[in-house]
Amino acid sequence: MTHTRHTLIALMEDKPGVLNRVSSLFRRRNYNIESLSVGHSETPGISRMTVVVNGDDRVVQQVVKQLSKLINVTHVQDVSNRPTVVRELALIKVRASHGTRSEIMELANVFRAKIVDVGATSLTIEITGTETKVNSLVRLLQPFGIEEMARTGRVAMVRDGASDEGPGTETPF
Amino acid sequence: MKLTGAQMVWESLVREGVTTVFGISGGAVIHLYHALPEYPIHHVLMRHEQAAAHAADGYARATGRVGVCMATSGPGATNLVTGLATAYMDSSPVVAITGQVATPLIGTDAFQEVDITGITLPITKHNYLVTDIHELPTVIREAFYIARTGRPGPVLIDIARDVQAAQAEYVYPEEVYLPGYQIPQEDCQSHVQEMARLINEAQRPVIIAGHGVILAGAEDALLSLAEKAQIPVVTTLLGISSLPETHPLCLGMAGMHGEAYANLALCEADLIVALGSRFDDRLTGPAKHFAPQARIIHVDIDAAEIEKNVRADLAIVGDLRDILPALISLVEERDHTDWLSRIREWRKESAERDILAQELDELFPQYVIRQIWHATQGNITVVSDVGQNQMWEAQYFIHHRRRGLISSGGLGTMGFALPAAIGVQMALPHEQVWVTAGDGGFQMNIQELATVVQEKLPLKIAILNNGYLGMVRQWQQFFFEGRYSGTPLLGPDFARVAEAYGIPGLTVRERSEVMPAIERALATDGPFLMDFRIVQEENVYPMVAPGSSIQQMIRRPLHSKR
Repeated sequence: MTHTRHTLIALMEDKPGVLNRVSSLFRRRNYNIESLSVGHSETPGISRMTVVVNGDDRVVQQVVKQLSKLINVTHVQDVSNRPTVVRELALIKVRASHGTRSEIMELANVFRAKIVDVGATSLTIEITGTETKVNSLVRLLQPFGIEEMARTGRVAMVRDGASDEGPGTETPF
Repeated sequence: MKLTGAQMVWESLVREGVTTVFGISGGAVIHLYHALPEYPIHHVLMRHEQAAAHAADGYARATGRVGVCMATSGPGATNLVTGLATAYMDSSPVVAITGQVATPLIGTDAFQEVDITGITLPITKHNYLVTDIHELPTVIREAFYIARTGRPGPVLIDIARDVQAAQAEYVYPEEVYLPGYQIPQEDCQSHVQEMARLINEAQRPVIIAGHGVILAGAEDALLSLAEKAQIPVVTTLLGISSLPETHPLCLGMAGMHGEAYANLALCEADLIVALGSRFDDRLTGPAKHFAPQARIIHVDIDAAEIEKNVRADLAIVGDLRDILPALISLVEERDHTDWLSRIREWRKESAERDILAQELDELFPQYVIRQIWHATQGNITVVSDVGQNQMWEAQYFIHHRRRGLISSGGLGTMGFALPAAIGVQMALPHEQVWVTAGDGGFQMNIQELATVVQEKLPLKIAILNNGYLGMVRQWQQFFFEGRYSGTPLLGPDFARVAEAYGIPGLTVRERSEVMPAIERALATDGPFLMDFRIVQEENVYPMVAPGSSIQQMIRRPLHSKR
């Protein structure tokens, strides 16, 4: 069995305790969650969650089914095998001295990242992109000294025109 | 109609058809209890909230209707936890109503405040915290709907104290709107055709009948299927009574303490048809060694059970009540003569080893159980506790009545039997209900003898008393060098305890006293307790050692009583 990362999109009623229900389920069933990001969807009262879960196909199938069983979860989809737009946002505070500042700014530029705060001893960079892109920038910034970092985790959306059928598994009920 | 929150609760329960509620009052449900006398609902005052949950569970299992229990906030609510977990593991439709501290106090660690919705999150099908009276009718409607539909399960409603006291216009919703809750209704016709093809091709098929058959009320369909295609049926513990054990195709319970022939049938089968069973580890042993030669068809109403424990070559998600009739018309008549005669041979071998076939003079538990069956002709509902006593009951009582055995399977909750039997007897006042329990489990909810007397319930109670937490002692004997650590158990004189509660009781020490004791119990109008002092170190055979394939069973030694 192949151990792979799967991206799941779940829609859920925006009610108190729903996030707790979801995270409690992951903990209780011992699922290995890499990232989880949640916010409003296009529909008022419905939240959208993107979950990156690690495991073989059987485990991921179980995650999808168990999530679907939660009464407040209205829709679960494994979009791993479908054309998707995937993004992550990171804020990175890097140590910067007089001598290194311009080099860091140049790096940020190459990655089309933004400098969102300039301090006496640091720069804060905002980058949006795939995890690979964010990881590359992080790696290049590490020698300068990363003082603080906040990453949102993956958010994903199926591309327009991508068929609704396909190997991405819709919930079975 | 303007009602208080408390009145709304009872009004809604009446509309849901509830006639009996098991509970204990308290500060955070005082408004509820204040309104109770205005409604045609019988409240059974229990002596512990755990028992209230078990009683509601027993009520539900005996009837298929939703059982209701009630408790106050804090310790009242936490005491429900074991009962709710028991109901959850065994898919029993229960609605639990708890009081919560007043809304402004929530989150302040107020007196008797506990986050019961947080605590019961993983052991309920769903739960609610109600802090707005306008939501209350909808929540109750949804709770009952969720509890009894699909794969049934417990639902908890936690109601803040001020909501119970508040007033609002009462409208009970006709429909529920639950966009995230769908009961599988897929068209499985093509799957059923494939299922029939596999069954028609099979040479050595076996049906595993689980609790789902009973929950779906599909016992008749199971019988027709088994008879038409001559397929032997093994059951899980909770599947007992899905097919009468008097039927020649019924091999009884399989698994860790299943009959050898039932386990051998699973191991030799070329097709397993699992109906409403979740392939619990007590049934399968290590999943990778389970039924090595068999293709597996798995039918369940819960999609998440498919491929959870055991691979399935064909899976159908749906209601057995719809699926089985469609299947039966497609299945061809067979006789499976060779296969059934092989099983008969295994069965003969087991019968020769059986303890009841040996000369006995001591008081063996198997004998007690079998005598209860003889005396009642099996026309009773047995509520069994957990441990050795549960396995002996399952093995030696010949269950032929529908829903004739009620027991805690998944959670294995000691102390279940007596309070659950109270629920069963409340639901079935004209049936004869027996409790079988060990001395350990019985002491865990012995206080409910008071409830038995209070409600004048004619329960017959048989304690198989060996002075041990016997199942653990057996494991210690087999796998832990015989070191009986924490298992020898002091008990009271149960007959005298019963008498102190107002229940006639009898201590039975001799084999010859067994039948007279049972007959006396049957001749007694009200409740009756028998304390059977059985052979102390008797074991449950066969036993599949943990981690072993179900083929490798520890059998009862031949030519020896133990």
